This record gives sequence, structure tokens and C-alpha cells, in this order.
Amino acid sequence: MLDQYKGVLLLFAHPSLDRSEANSELLSASRGIEGVTVVDLYAEYPDYRIDIEREQQRLLDHQVIVFMFPMYWYSTPAILKEWQDLVLEYGFAYGAEGTALQGKDFVCALTAGGAEHAYRAEGYNHFTVRQLLTPIEQTASLTGMRYLPPFALFSSRTAREDQRLQQHVSDWKRVLLALRDQRLDLDRASQLERLNDALDSLIGGAS
Amino acid sequence: MTVYLINAFIYLCAAVITVPLAKRLGLGSVLGYLIAGVVIGPVTGLVGSETVTLQHFAEFGVVMMLFLVGLELEPRMLWSMRNRLLGLGGLQVGLTSAIFAGAALLFGLQWQIAVAIGLLLSLSSTAIVLQTFSERGLSGTPGGRSAFSVLLFQDIAVIPMLALIPLLALPELAAQQGDSQGDGHQEMILVSGLDGWLRALVVLGAIGLVVGAGHFLSRPLFRFVAQAGLREAFTAASLALVIGVAALMTLVGLSPALGTFLAGVVLANSEFRHELEANIEPFKGLLLGLFFITVGAGIDFGVLTSSPGTIIGLTLGVMLVKALVLLGLALLFKVRRSDGWLFTLSLAQAGEFGFVLLSFSLQNHVLPPDLAPVLALVVGLSMFLTPLLFIAYEKLVIPRYVGSDEEREADHIEEQHPIIIAGVGRFGQIINRLLTASNIPTVVLDQDVGQVQNMRATGFTTYYGDVTRPELLHTAGIEQASLLVVAIDEPEAAVILVEEVRREYPHLTIMARAFDRTHCYRLKHAGADYVVIETYHSALAMAAQALRSNGMHPFRVDQLRAAFDETEARGHQDMYAVWQEESEGERSGKSYHDRYRQLHEVMTDIMQSHRDDKHDRSERGWTPPPKGYTDDYEKG
Repeated sequence: MLDQYKGVLLLFAHPSLDRSEANSELLSASRGIEGVTVVDLYAEYPDYRIDIEREQQRLLDHQVIVFMFPMYWYSTPAILKEWQDLVLEYGFAYGAEGTALQGKDFVCALTAGGAEHAYRAEGYNHFTVRQLLTPIEQTASLTGMRYLPPFALFSSRTAREDQRLQQHVSDWKRVLLALRDQRLDLDRASQLERLNDALDSLIGGAS
Repeated sequence: MTVYLINAFIYLCAAVITVPLAKRLGLGSVLGYLIAGVVIGPVTGLVGSETVTLQHFAEFGVVMMLFLVGLELEPRMLWSMRNRLLGLGGLQVGLTSAIFAGAALLFGLQWQIAVAIGLLLSLSSTAIVLQTFSERGLSGTPGGRSAFSVLLFQDIAVIPMLALIPLLALPELAAQQGDSQGDGHQEMILVSGLDGWLRALVVLGAIGLVVGAGHFLSRPLFRFVAQAGLREAFTAASLALVIGVAALMTLVGLSPALGTFLAGVVLANSEFRHELEANIEPFKGLLLGLFFITVGAGIDFGVLTSSPGTIIGLTLGVMLVKALVLLGLALLFKVRRSDGWLFTLSLAQAGEFGFVLLSFSLQNHVLPPDLAPVLALVVGLSMFLTPLLFIAYEKLVIPRYVGSDEEREADHIEEQHPIIIAGVGRFGQIINRLLTASNIPTVVLDQDVGQVQNMRATGFTTYYGDVTRPELLHTAGIEQASLLVVAIDEPEAAVILVEEVRREYPHLTIMARAFDRTHCYRLKHAGADYVVIETYHSALAMAAQALRSNGMHPFRVDQLRAAFDETEARGHQDMYAVWQEESEGERSGKSYHDRYRQLHEVMTDIMQSHRDDKHDRSERGWTPPPKGYTDDYEKG
């Protein structure tokens, strides 16, 4: 496994960063870490002209792929969808020759406006976050990536006022480092609804 | 002097009255000129014997026309039509001559006379046909191009014919008439006293001179003249070129029309092509018109009225035979359907070179003097009837094929609609680069010779010319163009150009580069469809870069820039309205400045009104829902 160590590629998408409270914190916490490459998609491609070759090379250069975004209408912001449409090409990510992503690990780190209890069968959103992200999970499956449940922040609009944000950001940093160092128990993690649950038992000691 | 002035006035008046009338009636300008000639000649007798002299002079219009035809025809194109040229043209001349010569033999004429008649009737009228083609937009059709190949072959074939005719001379005719024939048309031929091989050498040398000088000498020469910036100097140079080549050709005994055609082909790739066309075009038009008038005026009604049946019968017979040969060739060469009919009908007349051969044969004692007026009348009448054949083509042939031709039209739209770019300095260059890179055909014009040279050196086809001249835009093909981009350096000239083009071509899209706000409004007012101020977008790009280097998120910078652009565009509309309402004097006045200040205030408002949760759509960005928005759902 160690020879496969290539670090983490974090693809960040937020169209109004100057208004963001949670995602901007998560983003700055993820920057400046060795072995973690952070790409602010809206900053690099403000006109949505995504450089496909460059993005594919980035994918090849990393072991773990992270989408970090605020959830809009139960999905990603527009540019992250555009990124998927263009970069995950036939012959690269899927199809008989498209094996570039086989064996990589994939996780979403997202923020959601609704409370956790809203994302349940009996809540007003009726589905769990993991269920809502099924298209992305299936994308990971078809491209041969191991899919981890989302690392999610609920009630994100009031997280700062409720003093929940600091804890969430430092949890994220733990997860990110564990992913980078491959200390996360991936088999156990992939069974969960949300990666935030039971962090202590998922992350082993320094390896 | 007075006689010349009066004659000139009569000719011009006749043309001015009948040509527009004929065009309005759908008869075409050629028939108009012919009718004008008939009116002032045989009908009213306003003009007399000078028409013959005038006709030799007016034949120079044909020479100029072939020069212009050559300019349109790059050597590559000429080479690609070699099969049609030799096949179609050769067979047409050969077969038609043979049939007419045979018929003449049957009438009991001597074989020498029969051959001469066959040759002179095999030719068609380049002047009428090409003029009508361009007037009716038929030049580009397969039928039109096939007809052109035949005409070109005929023009070339005239040279060996002229060489052949003296050999047919009948000694008894020469004895009859003595040697007093010279009608002033006797050419001064430099090589007449030389041996055969030396003569060939001189002829080849002359052709080589035209090609070589055209290729290597003409450009520096024209560049030199163009740099002087005098319009009439360039016109003089253009005329000198055509007349010089024609003179050289007649000196060595070649057809001047062929020589200038060759010169035209050599210059077809040159940057001066359109300017040359624009200069020669008016002369050609006038001379050719004059030529047609003299044909009309020269019709001898005396001969016609003495034996109308014979003459008309002969004319119709000649046209029928020519048409049948052409129809056969059209079938053989697979020129199908309406194109085959165009080919057949357009060339079924005798032509102006027929007149030339006629008088040449007469001089050389090949034709008896009593036969000549009859032949001249047949040739003239057949030319007179040609416009009617074109009308028949349009009224009878086209409607038959309209439906079935439509699907075929689709796969040979070779004639693309190019974009004309006037001015290829800093601004026009960028436009041209993007368009040509996208495979959009452009015609690029500039009046700075140095600039044209630079562009050509970097591989962009550019033509020298003063775009503010309507003729130049015409020769550059503005009638076929889809769009004109005005990017010339003189603000005043740009406004005038837009105004003129808008008046002449109401449906053409015009885009113009403005130097500042007022210039922008003036261009819009003059009729430009899209105007952009040259500094606006580059300044905006740099402002955006300034915001980014100041630490603003690039996506937000893009949104602010777009918001600025939209607000500016709206403000522009208002300002333009105010500008239009005010007269020149008031424009610097209060309300215009007020508007400007207002615009800036609105702008500032929009750019800063996005903070916090305030929902504002002006910048079209994502704004978060208000804090606690989920309560609405929790309560329910």
C-alpha cells in the first residue's frame, strides 16, 4: 500500500467565498498541509473553462480525491458538476480503457443548511445526505473508486453562532491527515451514514 | 471640337435614357445600349459614319474586361479548368466552324470563303455574355463557368485565326479591289518582317515579359505610386498597365485582350487587385457601353429591308445551329439541367470578335465585299437577340427547375459570404486573426501600403485600397458580403463610410470600432449595428486584474466585472438617447454631464450593495439564505 501513497487532492467549490462562514474556514484549515493539494475551482476557472488535461493529471497524481462544497439543491455547486462532466471522460475514467481512477479513495466534505433530523425519512428532506449523494456514489463505483460516506456539517448557517464550527473544523483536519497518512479504517468507514460519526474508532494511531 | 462634344453628348444621353429603362423592364443593360445605338443610328440618323472608328476605340472595353476577368482568376483556378477550356472550347469552335463552313460550301461558295465564314461565326460575344452574367449573378454557376471556359478558348483561338486568314486570300479579289482597302484599322505590327522562328521568339518573349514584369516589377511600382497617396496617380498607373500590355501585344501581333487577360491573371494574387479593379471598372463599363451602342448604330437597315427574310432566316439559322452544338456539348460534358440550358442559350450568338475577323478578312481579300454587310448584319442581329435568350432562360428555364434544383443547391454552396474588414491596424488585425483561424473567409483592405506588406509577410491575404471609395468596396465584393467591419484609423472617415454603406446596402450588418464615447454615438447614429469603444474591454480586463491582485476572489471579480459591463451598457443606452435629443451645441451641456454622473452613482451603488444577507441580483452571484431560514420548515 505504501508505494501507492500519493496524497490528497481536495477540489473545493464555493461560488461566493466572501460570504461563506463554514466552507471558508474548512478551506483555510485544509491549506498548507504537506501532501494535500487544494484546488479552488471557482478561482481557477471563473469562466467555467476547465482545463481537462490538467485536471486529469491532478487526479493521476493523487490517491485520495475530496469534493468540498456547500450542498445546493441536494447536489454540488454548478462548477463541480461541470468538472465531473468534462474531466471524467470516456477512456479516462470509464469505458474499457478508462481505468485511471481504479483503486483511488473518494470522499465528499460538505455543509448542509438543514439540521441533521431534517435529513431522515421522517424529516422534511426525507433522505439522508448519503442517500441524496447517490449519483456521486455511483460515479465513484463506476470509475472504480472506493466511496467513503460524506463528512457533513448540518445547520451550517448557524454553526458559528452555536459554537459548533471550531469542533467541526478540527475534526475535518484530523480526517484529512488520517486520509493522507492512510490511517483511516476504510472498510469500517464505508459502512457509515456519515464520516463524522465515531471518528475515534475509525482513526488509528500514527503509522 | 464642337462636333465631338455634340456627338459625345448624344451617345451619353442615349445611354442615360435607354439603359435605366431597359434595366427596369428586366432586359438588362446590354440590350439597353444596343437599343440606344439603334435609336441614334439607323432610326434617327443622329450619328453617322464615325461609329465604325468609334467601335475600334470602344473594343478596348473588351480588352479591359478581360483584364478584370483575369484579375478574378488566380492561376490555380485557371489550371483547374484546363479540361473544360480545351475540351468544351475546342470542340465548340471546331464543330461550329466545320458546320458553318460545310453549309457555306453547300451554298456554292469557294472553300476559302467558307472557312472564313465558319471561323467568324463560331465565336460568341464575350462582352455581352460576361456582362450579363455578372449583372444577373450567373458567373458562379456551373453553366456560367462552362460558358466562360468556351469564351476564353475563343478569345485565345482568335490569334491563330488571325494568322490563318491571310493564307486564305483569294487572288481574284485582291486583283479586283487593288490594295486601297486600309480603313485605319491597319495594325502596326513590329514582327511582320521577321522570319517565322524569330517571330515566335519575339512573341514568346513578349508573353514572358508580361508574366515576369507583372510578377516582379508591378508590386514595387504600385507600392511606389500608392505611397504617394494620390488617387489619380494610381488610376493613371492602372490605365498605363492595361494600355501598355495591350500595346505590346498588338506590336507583336497578339490579341490585346489575351495579353491583358494574362496580365490580370498574373496580378490576381497581388495586394493591389481590388484597387486595380476599382480603377479600371468605370472605364471598362463606359467603353463597353459605347461598344454596344456602336453595334446597335452599325446595323444596316438598308440591307435588312431589302431582303428581310434572308437576313432574319440566316440569323435564326446561325443561332439555332450554334445552340444545337452547345446543347450537344452540354450533354457530353454533363452540364445538366438549368446549367445546360444556360450554357446553350448564352453562347448562341456571334460576337464582337466576329466583326474583327470580318473586317480583317475583307482587308485580306478573303471575303467578297457584297457578302460582308450581310454577315455583319447576321452577327449584329444575333448579338441583339442574345439578351432575349437570357430573358427566355430566366422566364422559361428557371421556373422548370426551381423545385428540383433546390436540393442540389445545398451541396454546392461554394460561394461563401465573406466578411470584409476595412482597416487592418492594431484593431482589425485581431478581428481578422480570430475569423481566419475559425475558417471564416475575410477580405481585408487597408490603405497603408506598409501595413499591407506586413500582413502579407505574415501570411494574411490583404489588399491595398482606399476603403472610403465605394468602387473599392464594390470590387471587394460587398454585395456578397455578410458583414463589414470598419476599423480604419480616421474617426471622421469611419463615420462617413458607415453612413454611405448604410445608405447603399441597408441590409448589410456593419460593425465599427469607436475611439471614444462621442465617436461611438456618432457611428451608431450613422447606422452601425454594433459599436465598441476600442479601449473599453482592455481597460476592463486590466481593472479586473487589479482587483484580483488586490486579493479578491477571481470568481467574484468576474461577476463584478460582468455587473459593471451590464450597468455600463444600460447607461450607454440612456446617454445615447440624451445625445440624440440634444443638438450639437448642447451636447457638452448640463444634462449630458448630469447623466454621466448619475451613471457613475448607479454603478457604485450596484458594486457595493451586496454585503451580508441583503439579497441583490445585480451581480448575479450566489447569495446564502438568511440565518434561521430552516425555522420555516421546522415549524411546519
